[in-house]
Amino acid sequence: MKILILAEHDGVQLSPSVRQAVTAAQFWNSPVHVLVAGNGADAVAVAQQAASIHGVERVVHANASHLAHPLAEDIANLVASISQGYDVILASHSSFSKNILPRVAALLDVAMISDVLEIKADNTYVRSIYTGNVLTTIQSTDSVQLLTVHGSNFTVANLGSNAEIVNTETPAAFKKASWKSEIRSQSDRPALGSAKIVISGGRSLGSAEKFEQVLSPLAFKLGAALGATRAAVDAGYAPNDIQVGQTGVVVAPELYIAVGVSGAIQHTYGMRDSKIVVAINQDPDAPIFQVADYCLVADLFDVIPELTAAIQ
Amino acid sequence: TVECKAIEKEAVMKILVAVKRVVDYNIKVRIKPDGSDVDIEGVKMGINPFDENALEEALRLKEKGIATEVVAVSLGTSASQDVLRHSLAMGADRAILIETGADADANLQPLAVAKLLKSLVAREQPNLILLGKQAIDDDAGQTGQMLAALLNYPQGTFASTLQIEGDEAIVTREVDGGTETIILALPAVITADLRLNEPRFVKLPNLMMARKKPIETINAAELGVNLDARLKLIQVSEPAVRKAGIKVGSVEELLNKLRAHEGILV
Ligand SMILES: Cc1cc2nc3c(=O)[nH]c(=O)nc-3n(C[C@H](O)[C@H](O)[C@H](O)COP(=O)(O)OP(=O)(O)OC[C@H]3O[C@@H](n4cnc5c(N)ncnc54)[C@H](O)[C@@H]3O)c2cc1C
Ligand SMILES: Nc1ncnc2c1ncn2[C@@H]1O[C@H](COP(=O)(O)O)[C@@H](O)[C@H]1O
Repeated sequence: MKILILAEHDGVQLSPSVRQAVTAAQFWNSPVHVLVAGNGADAVAVAQQAASIHGVERVVHANASHLAHPLAEDIANLVASISQGYDVILASHSSFSKNILPRVAALLDVAMISDVLEIKADNTYVRSIYTGNVLTTIQSTDSVQLLTVHGSNFTVANLGSNAEIVNTETPAAFKKASWKSEIRSQSDRPALGSAKIVISGGRSLGSAEKFEQVLSPLAFKLGAALGATRAAVDAGYAPNDIQVGQTGVVVAPELYIAVGVSGAIQHTYGMRDSKIVVAINQDPDAPIFQVADYCLVADLFDVIPELTAAIQ
Repeated sequence: TVECKAIEKEAVMKILVAVKRVVDYNIKVRIKPDGSDVDIEGVKMGINPFDENALEEALRLKEKGIATEVVAVSLGTSASQDVLRHSLAMGADRAILIETGADADANLQPLAVAKLLKSLVAREQPNLILLGKQAIDDDAGQTGQMLAALLNYPQGTFASTLQIEGDEAIVTREVDGGTETIILALPAVITADLRLNEPRFVKLPNLMMARKKPIETINAAELGVNLDARLKLIQVSEPAVRKAGIKVGSVEELLNKLRAHEGILV
């Protein structure tokens, strides 16, 4: 039995979530291989980063000019081409793996299990359905287990190891899809996905100016990342990529402060794993209070400046 | 005549949109007391939100003169006719129900859906296939990618903008920490993010008219696809509820509470 992890990286840096996938893969007690696909010397360096993860037996490296950007068609064909002999294929759940692995599943004619919260047995998993409202335990009957795991539920594997790196052939480019451009959000604040503290604002902030004026000083003092509800994003108060929830980012910080957020399930889906949740809302019946540890019923325009001033 | 030839030459651009009937997004689903499954008896159902975005985009392409026909398809029991009526009322030209039995419907999983859609694509020959990025019941987010693989078509998932230029689709995708733009040669499969557009409201007269429109029904069994569930449901359960929160009366009290947690406010 062997396990293959599809590694995510940005061309230069391996995603830390790969180390969580490596921890998840230890469940099967079998050799773990990591596939690093990319282009040029930078990709070789990424393969070396993967080789340093404890628990990895081998890094399989594919290097080709058409792998410079991870197009689903090319990566899926690559994974399928080397899939022989692997009983489990997995990755951390992200927009990268969600794009590629279902395609691999269809090429291999197996089901895929998305966003696994817990591995119960060799072929049995717990995952959530209905926007996190229900947990389901399912058993896969397929010969190849193909899944993505909910990264934050698995510890980050240590570095300092030195696995072998084996180069592999890359299938010819698919060519019917091509990469044009990308926009990566720039911010001096900590990255939303990995911040220790996240402050999220809702539609109640009222404008982009007030969103910034009210929340930024507090975020600055706490070294927090800013998040937003979809309603706030749709209204143009906050950029798209800081939306927390089902259709945005899923966060699990030490402290989550929800400011003028009603607490729709699509939002709480993205923050329910936070260690401590503070909710500030003027409506005592707001559903956000059901998932909060500390509830402050107040007008945010009064208490946020007060809170900011009180923190050194 | 010359005119006739011009019409003949007019490019056909057919769009197929997959719309799923799901529990309304505002409903908190309950589970059966024995934990064998969710209990959705009598619960309000509707079109999957992302599929509504997919359909809206197809309709806009038609209104811009780019698409020539929009066909909505749903897979499930005859109950799924309601989301097809909704699709017709929004403006779809035709509606197709791929009908399964109730048991098969309850166990219909993305790979089987993709295979059924593939056989429909063989019949309908659309130039573009639009789906939602994920169904809000199973939260799988797989069907579009699987369909693209089975058809050997390019895919544009989590689309927030879509432009058709000649025989190419230019898709902006929502990815972690930003967006990415890719170019796909048609025919292609695209899955819609909520951001793609704001779906139109269905007007009552349109809904009345949609009631009279025919819905073509295809028996899923005739498509020769094995619908057996690959994933067996063992049990369902409620997620752990968070411990009830503490009401704090002031900013000062809040700060005191937070300071009591080591290392949070440093
Ligand atoms: C398929 C689907 C996916 C979705 N995905 C997401 C997602 O990923 N993330 C997301 O966030 N939403 C998502 N939504 C939307 C979600 O359902 C809610 O509409 C949204 O989260 C509400 O945002 P809000 O809390 O800012 O606004 P509202 O619901 O309007 O709430 C505003 C809150 O602010 C409070 N308030 C007003 N003024 C003040 C004040 N001065 N001081 C204190 N409190 C005040 C009010 O009491 C109220 O509770 C999705 C919806 C659908 C259908
Ligand atoms: N039974 C179905 N009928 C119609 N479309 C479906 C069905 N199941 C899935 N889809 C389509 O596939 C998308 C993704 O579904 P899923 O992979 O289940 O999350 C949905 O948004 C729909 O567009």
